[in-house]
Amino acid sequence: MRPPIDIYGISKHYEDIIALKDISFQVNKAEIFGLIGPDGAGKTSMFRILTTLLLPDTGEAYVQGYHIVKDYKKIREIIGYMPGRFSLYQDLSVEENLSLFASIFGTTIEENYELVKEIYSQIEPFKDRRAGQLSGGMKQKLALSCALIHKPEVLFLDEPTTGVDPVSRTEFWGILKNLKAYGITILVSTPYMDEANMCDNIGLIQNGEILSIDTPGKMTQDFDRDIYAIKTKHKHKFLNTLKSYENTYSVFSFGDSIHYIDVRNNVKESELISTFSKMEFPEFNIEKIKPTVEDCFMDLMKQE
Amino acid sequence: MKRFIAFVKKEVFHITRDFRTMLILFGMPVAQILLFGFAITNEIRDANIAILDHSKDHISEKLTNKFLSSGYFKLDSYLQSAEEIETEFKKGKIKLVIVFGKQFGENLNRFQSSELQIIADATDPNTANTLINYTQSIVRDFVASLNPGPPTGIMIIPEVRFRYNQNLKGVFLFVPGLITIILMLVTAMMTSISLTREKELGTMEVLLASPMKPIQIIVAKVIPYIFLAFFISIIVLLLGYFVFGVPIKGNLLLLLFELLLFVLTTLSLGILISTIAKTQLVALMISVMGLLLPTIILSGFIFPIENMPKILQWISNIIPAKWFIIIVKNIMLKGSGIDMVWKETLIILGFAMLFIMMSLKKFNIRIG
Repeated sequence: MRPPIDIYGISKHYEDIIALKDISFQVNKAEIFGLIGPDGAGKTSMFRILTTLLLPDTGEAYVQGYHIVKDYKKIREIIGYMPGRFSLYQDLSVEENLSLFASIFGTTIEENYELVKEIYSQIEPFKDRRAGQLSGGMKQKLALSCALIHKPEVLFLDEPTTGVDPVSRTEFWGILKNLKAYGITILVSTPYMDEANMCDNIGLIQNGEILSIDTPGKMTQDFDRDIYAIKTKHKHKFLNTLKSYENTYSVFSFGDSIHYIDVRNNVKESELISTFSKMEFPEFNIEKIKPTVEDCFMDLMKQE
Repeated sequence: MKRFIAFVKKEVFHITRDFRTMLILFGMPVAQILLFGFAITNEIRDANIAILDHSKDHISEKLTNKFLSSGYFKLDSYLQSAEEIETEFKKGKIKLVIVFGKQFGENLNRFQSSELQIIADATDPNTANTLINYTQSIVRDFVASLNPGPPTGIMIIPEVRFRYNQNLKGVFLFVPGLITIILMLVTAMMTSISLTREKELGTMEVLLASPMKPIQIIVAKVIPYIFLAFFISIIVLLLGYFVFGVPIKGNLLLLLFELLLFVLTTLSLGILISTIAKTQLVALMISVMGLLLPTIILSGFIFPIENMPKILQWISNIIPAKWFIIIVKNIMLKGSGIDMVWKETLIILGFAMLFIMMSLKKFNIRIG
């Protein structure tokens, strides 16, 4: 038995740009697999190849055991796909959009209402409103409803939370978790590293290459260097100074703090404090932290 | 089938909910036919003329009255000398000067011959030609009225009749041409734009990743436009008939059948355009520059094909609209049956098959 998504050595290039380099990974049944990487990493190309919209240059891939090129018609019947940008009809109302997509897949809203109830009930009060006039979060909920209405076996969500407010994002991930109960396999991509913890498995992707595949917990556990978060009022200046500091292994801005790794293993916190204090930054706060997925990503990129 | 109906319904919503689309679809045909019917016409009435009469006798006066009462001319001024002709023309108001020679009436009585000079402003050659024709026929009539009784000597007097359009009304020519242009706009332009819109907005991506077959997507897309094209053509025919008296002498069913055939051709052209164009703007440009413009210029709608250079005449053969205009004119104005237009019909059928095959082959089952 093949896993629901089974990819071997997929490569794709556009003219002189290489979008995907020898990608291989598997996604198990009822699992949420997150493809995580910045814009232009090749996430959308991967989605289009798996949804049979794009032909790979080399490599093989199977969705629910069907070959993505030979059995493309079969695949199109059993998948749900939500492209990266809002791809519904803006001049149709919420309800019209949903019922159109239900008809396209030969079903009705009533038949699979159970599956979309949790999401659709939130936008149902606006069902007569044109899709173009919905807020970002509501648009994504409608798009997910449309991708789910035919009870797909595999769901492909390309950056579903981009441009969505934090509250709706959390809600959205909650919904995805609940879908696992229906046995739906989900491949989702996101540029937000903090969403990695919501996935069962993650693949970090950069410049068309998979850097690492693991569970988010294991990935951060395996990170073997000490990371210090530094908070200061003079973040920008501090960052620049640290970049030219001789013992810096890596330093980058992370939200409102700075993440710093020293080249020396097991360097003492007190030692860092005394060194940095001499660098004309009297006010700062330094603290050893647990690594996040973003730290892993930055480290992998550095190794590349 | 339910899938198909839902899709057609969605397409109807797209059309009816967009104000601009509705305006183009219904406002434009009506505006065009009224414009072409009333304003743009090659019939000339009340052209300003000047008269230089060197003799001022009763015969020259009689002929002058005949000119002015014809309805074609309006007197702007009497000139006093030949020098004034140039200055009057330069003012741009008059189109024609009629010059009577000296002793006009006397010479006519004595020598059976007299001099009349007609000078036209030929900056617009068509108008000048038409005006000269008018004056000549008035003079011919006048001479005939001076010679009552049997004509002396050998004489051939041609009696001219304009069949199928006795009064040479421009609108008779424009209605078939307009139907053609409007069908092209509604079908080719609108379908190519509406298909590329799905590509541009990303909805095509979702449709392709669904069990919907490409042929279903296309057919469902064009069905509302077929009905629209039919409906609009009928509006134009009715306007032509009731407002301008353009007859439909032939079989109406035959005409509608030919309409359908032509719509199929232009629809497949629209689909073909959408397979090339990536954005709506590009689709619009290709439709207008690559389709509409050659159609207007080379189909014989405005410029007679027979007067074109040989190479353009050859090119005009690959314009489906040329053949369609011939068919529509024959059926509407001459009352021809299929026996008279079967050749043109076959040509259009051939175009339709070719374009349908090409667009189905080029329509991408994937993206990019």
